[in-house]
Amino acid sequence: MKKIEIPPEENLGHGHLACAGCGAAVAMRLTLKALGEKTVMVFPASCWSIVPGFWPYSSYRITAVHAGFVTGAATASGVRAALDVRGDDETLVAVWAGDGGTFDIGLQALSGAAERNEDLLYICNDNEGYMNTGTQRSSATPLLAWTTTTPVMQPKENPKKDIMAIMADHHIPYAATATIAYPEDLIRKLEKAKGIQGTRFIHLFSPCPPGWRMPSEQTIKISRLAVRSRIFPLYEIENGRTYTIQEESHVVPVKEYLKLQGRFSHLTEKDIETTQRNVDDTWERLQRRARC
Amino acid sequence: MRRVITGNQAVAYGVILSRVDVVSAYPITPQTTIVEELSELIASGRLKTRFLKVESEHSAMAALIGASTGGVRTFTATSSHGLAYMHEMLHWASGARLPIVLVNVNRAIGPPWNIWGDQSDSVSQRDTGWIQLYCENNQEVLDTILQAYLIAETVRLPVMVVLDAFVLSHTAEPVEIPSIEEADSLLPPFCPDYPIDTQEPRSYSVITTPDYFLEFRYKVQKAMEEVPEVAKKVDDEFRSRFGRSYGAIERYGKKEAELLLMTSGTVTSTSRIVIKKLMEKGLSVAGIKIKRFRPFPSEEICEVIQGAKKIAVIDRNLSAGVGGIFAQELRASLYSREERPQVFGFVSGLGGRDITPALIEEAVQYTVEHPQPEGDILWLGLKK
Repeated sequence: MKKIEIPPEENLGHGHLACAGCGAAVAMRLTLKALGEKTVMVFPASCWSIVPGFWPYSSYRITAVHAGFVTGAATASGVRAALDVRGDDETLVAVWAGDGGTFDIGLQALSGAAERNEDLLYICNDNEGYMNTGTQRSSATPLLAWTTTTPVMQPKENPKKDIMAIMADHHIPYAATATIAYPEDLIRKLEKAKGIQGTRFIHLFSPCPPGWRMPSEQTIKISRLAVRSRIFPLYEIENGRTYTIQEESHVVPVKEYLKLQGRFSHLTEKDIETTQRNVDDTWERLQRRARC
Repeated sequence: MRRVITGNQAVAYGVILSRVDVVSAYPITPQTTIVEELSELIASGRLKTRFLKVESEHSAMAALIGASTGGVRTFTATSSHGLAYMHEMLHWASGARLPIVLVNVNRAIGPPWNIWGDQSDSVSQRDTGWIQLYCENNQEVLDTILQAYLIAETVRLPVMVVLDAFVLSHTAEPVEIPSIEEADSLLPPFCPDYPIDTQEPRSYSVITTPDYFLEFRYKVQKAMEEVPEVAKKVDDEFRSRFGRSYGAIERYGKKEAELLLMTSGTVTSTSRIVIKKLMEKGLSVAGIKIKRFRPFPSEEICEVIQGAKKIAVIDRNLSAGVGGIFAQELRASLYSREERPQVFGFVSGLGGRDITPALIEEAVQYTVEHPQPEGDILWLGLKK
């Protein structure tokens, strides 16, 4: 495999308002490096309505279109159509949406755009909850996790929605998972996605120190442990069929990942065993898909 | 070219003649034949317009917000629940100062489920920052779409063009269709001030603190205040080219009348006949047609009501707890005047029930006979 260079250009400027240790800020910086200046990024409501700063200031050095919470994929479809009409087929139209804006409220618009195979690069920045409004559960919140709407007396009762399977079943040309502890992998996937026509989906896993009740200096470590524990495996799906797993040789039990985060501190040994079993099952299913 | 076409076909001609770049729409009765017509035209190559066949009205408006930000001319059409579903994005379009044109085919909002005409859908969007123009016939529908783009792109606010379900949308009547050259001479290509340009990266519709938000809304209001003059210029220009004009309102009937009848949409056509008949009987009566509902033509109305003692308003809409909206808006317009005619607020024709000449005559008769109305809402044709 060719060595991946991380582009030196900075398209996210100084002075943004992300929390200390924000995984998404690292993810955004890397993403904008990979996508370059000829990008229009559509932002439905999320932390990223706030992070770049208040009018008339902005940390973005690219074109940013803030959009209604529901509308990431729909607004981006319109931007793409306008650029096509203007004869501009060089500019990349991307969406940066949170897990709420993707798994929940924006799913209909995303499904519509994916079914139409709109020429968009859709990035879901997944921090597993409504963190911008103060950590409420979303359908991306994992089973048994604490949030302010799933208190420890009654933690999240349902498993995380499998957004990658949903996107794969739309038969889009490219879908991939990525996280910040593996920046070369993230850059490679973004660059690969850039070169493909049609709807491309990146499921980007970004630890959130305040929302996950974790120390801000542990962001990269937790991002790495998510992959090593197979909570969040790195893989690609082409045309909804061809699975490629970027297997991490160093595998750890899920407990290593869970124990660093306050949102899982109420878990019993039995809960941890359940989580391990679920992760093993999901991994096995993924491997089956990769084999066939 | 003169052709016999439905209101919805007139809409499609309006879209063709306006050289719309991007259409995004979702089907709903009675708007659907507009998107069918446009799909046919695009599929056959006769119309070079990008059509985004989205999965909901909410996405339809969102896609146009994206496209209009991208700097191209945009169009959608909807009705009733579809318009209600767009509500959030209607605010967004005006707040982002995007000159989107939307055709709403007036239809009641359920439940009870109903596909027929009333204005509750569009009037309930009155606070979204959209200009609203109501049409009386299919010719006016086509002409208003052309005018709508000129107004929208001048003041940078979106425009809603409104026509009645079935009575216009599915009823054919002769319409004079301008040639594309004639339309081009009226409506220049869309030249936005700040279209997306990656050479000059900008951020659109971003978060704004309390220090500035009020000023952004002030600017929307100022743009609304420009509309009367801009719309008049557009209408005058239209008349000089095509010999047709509509005004914000139209007064017809007796020159100095004691009783005025205020209507909008196709009820006006029926009212014209009733008023003619009543004038022949010697009644001092005239009609006022309201075309422009937003911004509300308070000044224009006040200019033509000198000497009137009573104004009967027929509202084909209801704000429960208040009454008809046109009557409410009229009352508000009159309040600061020295002379205030009595306002008789009739509510009728909801859910597509016909507002017949007999009903209109009944409303006028009631207004003649009563020195003041017995309440804010006078139900016309209600089965008791």
